[in-house]
Amino acid sequence: MLEKQKDELRVRSIKNGTVIDHITAGSALNVLKILGVKGGTHSIVSVVMNVPSKKLGSKAKDIVKIEDRELNSDEVDKIALIAPNATINIIRDYEVVQKSSVELHDKIENIVKCPNLNCISNTNEPVTSKFAVIYPLTLRCLYCERIIKNNIVEHLI
Amino acid sequence: MFEKKHIVSMRDFSREEVLYILNCAEKIEPLARTGTNILHNKLLALLFFEPSTRTQLSFDTAMKRLGGKTLSLSSEGSSMLKGETLADTIKVIEGYADAIVLRHPKEGAARMASELSTIPVLNGGDGAGHHPTQTLLDLYTMQKESRLQDLDIALLGDLKYGRTVHSLAYALKMFNANISLVAPEELQMPKYIVDDLGGVTITDDIDEVIKDIDVLYVTRIQKERFPDPNEYHRVASSYRISNDTLAGVRNNFIIMHPLPRSDEIAPEIDNTKYAKYFKQSFYGVPVRMALLLLVMQERFDVRKTKRRTQSSFD
Repeated sequence: MLEKQKDELRVRSIKNGTVIDHITAGSALNVLKILGVKGGTHSIVSVVMNVPSKKLGSKAKDIVKIEDRELNSDEVDKIALIAPNATINIIRDYEVVQKSSVELHDKIENIVKCPNLNCISNTNEPVTSKFAVIYPLTLRCLYCERIIKNNIVEHLI
Repeated sequence: MFEKKHIVSMRDFSREEVLYILNCAEKIEPLARTGTNILHNKLLALLFFEPSTRTQLSFDTAMKRLGGKTLSLSSEGSSMLKGETLADTIKVIEGYADAIVLRHPKEGAARMASELSTIPVLNGGDGAGHHPTQTLLDLYTMQKESRLQDLDIALLGDLKYGRTVHSLAYALKMFNANISLVAPEELQMPKYIVDDLGGVTITDDIDEVIKDIDVLYVTRIQKERFPDPNEYHRVASSYRISNDTLAGVRNNFIIMHPLPRSDEIAPEIDNTKYAKYFKQSFYGVPVRMALLLLVMQERFDVRKTKRRTQSSFD
């Protein structure tokens, strides 16, 4: 009970916006990067890192709350790549109106740029980048078949 | 059994499909000498955006042995120089031809072409990427001249940039090959491919493995990979295969090379029973004939082909 009270003190509820919960510990800053939240932002953003999580079996998690903004599906798909257990809560007037888990698709399109500079997807040809998602989290370019294993966040478009 | 419309990457094929293609090549091989007229009304476009005389000639031969015709577009003076995208070129050519062979400097070019094209696309090599018809003819050579299953094989030479060896290594794993990668450190196979293969032997010394392999697959070490010509000569001469290198090899041992070679195999080897590289080059014709038939015909039927050939000789 005490623990819960402390949690509540950490970050208060938001009126409108999105709460991204169950982010893999250590990935909150990358989630901010995906959402384009930088130093000069005017949004009210709360970041909580390394709090215990029941859902993740008492392992630590990160939470991001961003006010007055509802995430679109492209943003959610990107978050899935770096925090596959994350849940997205859309908040309107203090109520959770929509709660969903992020979903990692078998194929992602126009989300990650191929690191291979000689890949046809990095030319002026009319193609968008496409990757197959392989478990454990590895991406394979559907054009040149280059593998991305680490630092996926660095390759996000 | 075979429903692929395009031939883009070895990763698209199951083991069964590979065996089926090789089986078709076997059936059609006699016609690679005598010719047939089964594709007499078909036109194959050879789109080579970078030079590759050998692959182009091999496809040209295969199509003509099937009784078809070819049209060629070479990189010099091509529309690419005028800034046309490959996508536009593909849409134009599909209005002319019945299938396309594409050689392009960008990796993944053939995959993109196959997505856009309503006619079959065969990848004739894309950048440092895939060259599936070369891989299939390599496998065919092994099946004919050595064996395919549980093969002990060493890949030697430029394993870093060598276009052919990456898809070959991947395909060999389908047949449970025991692969040794023999190269100087600076030309060793990229780590991401080695990781993908899992379980290979890596060495820079051919003597370590030469007695324990069925096939030695040699690739060309290109001068332009070395900033220092002296370094090139040092590396190239230490990887040159001569009669001395082959002391104590297995009785059924063979040497393959995708050609062209520079001087990585001494000419004295050519007349030994080990040398299979010219035969390998010939096998490119039946394998490509089989592939052209498979993608351009409703179904592969060699009996029909034979009958036609016979009647044309009657």
